[in-house]
Amino acid sequence: MTITIDHLVKTFGTASALNGVSLEIPDKSFVALLGPSGSGKTTLLRIIAGLETADSGYVLFGGEDVTDRPVQRRNIGFVFQHYALFRHMTVAQNIAFGLTVMKRRERPSKDAIAARVDELLALVQLPGLGGRFPSQLSGGQRQRVALARALAREPAILLLDEPFGALDTKVRRELRGALREIHDRVGLTSIFVTHDREEAFALADTVAILSNGRIEQFAAPREIEQAPASEFVRDFVI
Amino acid sequence: MKSATTEARGIRALLIGLALVWLALIILLPLLAVFAQAFDKGFATFWAAIVEPDALAAIRLTLLTAIIVVPLNCVFGMCAAWAISKHDFRGRDLLTTLIDLPFSVSPVVAGLMFVLLFGANGWFGPWLIAHGVRIMFAVPAIVIATAFVTFPYVARELIPLMSAQGKAEEEAALTLGAGFFQTFWHVTLPNIRWGLLYGVLLTNARAMGEFGAVSVVSGHIRGLTDTMPLHVEVLYNEYNFVGAFAVASLLAALALVTLAAKALLEWRHRDSIAASGH
Repeated sequence: MTITIDHLVKTFGTASALNGVSLEIPDKSFVALLGPSGSGKTTLLRIIAGLETADSGYVLFGGEDVTDRPVQRRNIGFVFQHYALFRHMTVAQNIAFGLTVMKRRERPSKDAIAARVDELLALVQLPGLGGRFPSQLSGGQRQRVALARALAREPAILLLDEPFGALDTKVRRELRGALREIHDRVGLTSIFVTHDREEAFALADTVAILSNGRIEQFAAPREIEQAPASEFVRDFVI
Repeated sequence: MKSATTEARGIRALLIGLALVWLALIILLPLLAVFAQAFDKGFATFWAAIVEPDALAAIRLTLLTAIIVVPLNCVFGMCAAWAISKHDFRGRDLLTTLIDLPFSVSPVVAGLMFVLLFGANGWFGPWLIAHGVRIMFAVPAIVIATAFVTFPYVARELIPLMSAQGKAEEEAALTLGAGFFQTFWHVTLPNIRWGLLYGVLLTNARAMGEFGAVSVVSGHIRGLTDTMPLHVEVLYNEYNFVGAFAVASLLAALALVTLAAKALLEWRHRDSIAASGH
């Protein structure tokens, strides 16, 4: 699904987080929001998700204005930096959550939910771990569960906030590969936030570089390397 | 090589010993004395003092007050804790301070405040009396005073817990399509249940035991507006020591039962407590 971001402005108190950000993200693309801390990248992601409201500007999904649509009805999957798994639920209950809270008329049957959970556990390469609690898993495993949970309702858009930020380098590499593969297989439009240049360039089709609440450059990694649009991009990237 | 703990062994034994002696002296011994005194003249006398009509009325009133106040303060305490810990709004610090007010105000003063509001010469008193609503020196005043005094327990228990947990899990639930009440029921409540239980037990213990504020607003009408603590005082002042200690021991027993219930629940659910990281 295409995502159109149109002149988003957001201020927190007196500090401005976004100064009129516009982006056009094509269907099925994998986009990285890259920038130093305080550049507004997480705020932008949270506004796209509907977890934060912009002061002005619009967000459109597939050409449809969703600016005032509550987060529950945006059909997005969201992955948090620190997993945000429900600690009192098993892995299977975590993954099934999005399905079990559906209205009774729309909700799949118990068996269908169980089958979907197994399918998702296989997709994130954690088969047979459905009965565990999050506290019994490693960081990498927890983030895989969080990914499976975010995909349960078959969202068209997947948003990830520093998804590998809390993991060590080796696990990070593995998970990166898995994420890219899932993105391609499921046919998602994905946006992930990172402050790691190498990660953004390795994973994304297109990278948006942010600084002080503005987009400095929005282009493919190779293009950014060859023709940095500003002094900031040159310093930050090369 | 000596480890750090062996060096401190003597000091450790001394500290533990001191703590135990202090505990026995300050808590265990008085508790034992109450029960010993209550059963001093045998069980029959004890029982007679409990089933005496005024004592029964006091027990009933105390339980009624607790049954009304505990759920109310449970709900409002949760609302306050939720608002303070999961949201940022103007006046948040003021609200946090206000919640502590009942802890810092003497219960007697709390009782007097309600006399000023609802008494015959108070702000709302004349209007209420003219409309036949009786608050002062009746059950409503006792309930209101108790609610005031016990308000902070649930909120105080939950605010640090909910602040520490942050709102990531709630946000995750929202992105997964859960509505407000679903999020509260499936995510927030399970995460705070042990803290909430503890707050409720403390609220209950204080609601049944409150003396000062209730003493001011109840009017001490025997068999009508005397709660258990007030009834204990009345009996004691009449030199009816067996009766006083019988009711007192029952009050203490109620407190012990709530504590035992908490211990039992924690023991039975120790796995899920450990899993939820409390």
